[in-house]
Amino acid sequence: MSQDVFVIAEHLMGNLEDVTFELLGKGRELADNLDGSLVGVLLGGGVEDLNRQMGKADKVICIDHEQIAEFNPDSYSKCLMEVLKTHEPKVTLVPNTSMGMDLAAALSVDLDLPLVAYAVDASAKNGTIAVTSQLYGGKMNVESRLEGDRCIISVIAGSFSSEDGKSDNVPEVEEVSPPDSLTDLKIRFKRLIEPEAGDVDITQQDILVSVGRGIQSEDNLPVLQKLADALGGVLSASRPIVDNKWLPKTRQVGKSGLKVKPKLYLAVGISGAPEHIEGMKDAELIIAVNSDPNAPIFDYAHYGVVGDLFDVVGQLSEKLKG
Amino acid sequence: MNIIVPIKQVTDLVEELEVDASGKDLNREWLKYKINEFDDHALEEALCLKEESGANVMAIALDSADIEKSLYTAAAKGADKLIKVTGDFGEAIPSHVAAKALANVLESLEYDLILTGVQAADDRDGQVAVLLAHYLGLPHVSVVTGVNLQDGKAIVHKEYSGGLMGEFEVDLPGVLGIQAARQTPRYAPVSRVRQAMRSTELEEMPAGDVSVAVGTTVQRMFKPETSDGAQMIEGSAEDVANQILNILSERGLKQ
Ligand SMILES: Cc1cc2nc3c(=O)[nH]c(=O)nc-3n(C[C@H](O)[C@H](O)[C@H](O)COP(=O)(O)OP(=O)(O)OC[C@H]3O[C@@H](n4cnc5c(N)ncnc54)[C@H](O)[C@@H]3O)c2cc1C
Repeated sequence: MSQDVFVIAEHLMGNLEDVTFELLGKGRELADNLDGSLVGVLLGGGVEDLNRQMGKADKVICIDHEQIAEFNPDSYSKCLMEVLKTHEPKVTLVPNTSMGMDLAAALSVDLDLPLVAYAVDASAKNGTIAVTSQLYGGKMNVESRLEGDRCIISVIAGSFSSEDGKSDNVPEVEEVSPPDSLTDLKIRFKRLIEPEAGDVDITQQDILVSVGRGIQSEDNLPVLQKLADALGGVLSASRPIVDNKWLPKTRQVGKSGLKVKPKLYLAVGISGAPEHIEGMKDAELIIAVNSDPNAPIFDYAHYGVVGDLFDVVGQLSEKLKG
Repeated sequence: MNIIVPIKQVTDLVEELEVDASGKDLNREWLKYKINEFDDHALEEALCLKEESGANVMAIALDSADIEKSLYTAAAKGADKLIKVTGDFGEAIPSHVAAKALANVLESLEYDLILTGVQAADDRDGQVAVLLAHYLGLPHVSVVTGVNLQDGKAIVHKEYSGGLMGEFEVDLPGVLGIQAARQTPRYAPVSRVRQAMRSTELEEMPAGDVSVAVGTTVQRMFKPETSDGAQMIEGSAEDVANQILNILSERGLKQ
């Protein structure tokens, strides 16, 4: 076993995702505290350019092969298994993203390593690893301590600064060939499906009135549309609204939706689950209306109103009209 | 086609959550539980597949407070078979233990496809779908929003971000962590749940050896700090609206 910290890099459509840099920044701190090295692990096809961007790491271990050009839960977990088995790092940081979710738990079982998921913080003091996870839809944090020597931590995107993970250094790159086990895959990648273009691009708006499950029914959308119109903004939404098909997917804010940074984000009837927060926490001004005084959205909003959204929305529209 | 849908209950997140005297778990005395919403989507997708091309749907859950209600609700919605996995689990069941218990029971069952929720609000040690798949040595895809069965394989859509999706072909049997069903999960009226309690058999199966090392211990549970939380606006709805409009005016955000 080593004292090293490994970061599993994530990239999509030829770019490293922000979360990779966030993990490199945090990984640097952990590795320094543990007196170990920071190692980035990159899987892909034709990814030399990406290697070079990971200068925060002391070394990048790269499997660059056309067979793994696209993410595949089966091939990627098999590749990572080999890498982690060979090097036995103390801590492996995996993004708790769509891709990372298919990897972290898989590695935990196959390598018999503990896993702490939904991490928003991690520390290594005197060799002891402690991890804070955000659970219960953002309503509770739980601090876990590692008992054994090694662990996997899956980290919620947006938990750390991505700037801390950037560096102009060029890391040493160790090229590794893909394992033989890739000949026997039970999953095949078919294609990427790009989203259909929407009527509006919510990432380009100054003002978003964002609606959540608290609006209760599709019939209530016109009231909210009216407010959005009066404010000169557009409607965006949390995931359940889109799953219910009340608004198109292009209006979804969050982890599996879009990241927005409007001048005003008015969140009505949105609880503030971590997957939603990922998409809007950098808005310049966040005002939240929610009937639950303990709704996690209030931890991120600049201004909060505890109350019935319809009362507040009605009054706002009325006054804007006058 | 046999589809197995592992379901579990989580605390209703609209409720106020408190930490118990140990400082390490929820105070569960007054907690309300409901089916994990993503498991509800998994069940819905299974029922849609059943309606589309015929399948046997079995809902399975670890014994926990009030779980029978969720199982009978699954039957009322159209699940053909129910299994309750018995064992000495305690209240906060780690995902590794839950996955191992399910894996033990599934070894004696026949199935082609396992659909379960992509995650649950209390999965501190990871998502059950992926853990279960690896205990069983099966392929898995998480964050799935579309499932099609073709020639003994599943064609699935996995969501990334910004609406981008990957399409994969998965050999069966396999495990899919469902994010959203193709339609809003159906609702079962209480009368139908009662009827299901009378007409559907709930089989009990022991969990077997679930001694897996979770490897980490909870030190404390706490509400996220709100030091830089929102400044609260109080008053009547009208007062509140006026104050919001003032804030917008100050920032030049009012037309
Ligand atoms: C892999 C993955 C990806 C995800 N991606 C996203 C994503 O991109 N975007 C996203 O939003 N979610 C995403 N989710 C889902 C996320 O976990 C939550 O389920 C979702 O954000 C909850 O939406 P909500 O806040 O509208 O609903 P809820 O959590 O149900 O909240 C509704 C809120 O409305 C309040 N309310 C009810 N009635 C009223 C009233 N009359 N007046 C005022 N307030 C009221 C309630 O107090 C509650 O806080 C994802 C989940 C997973 C697993």
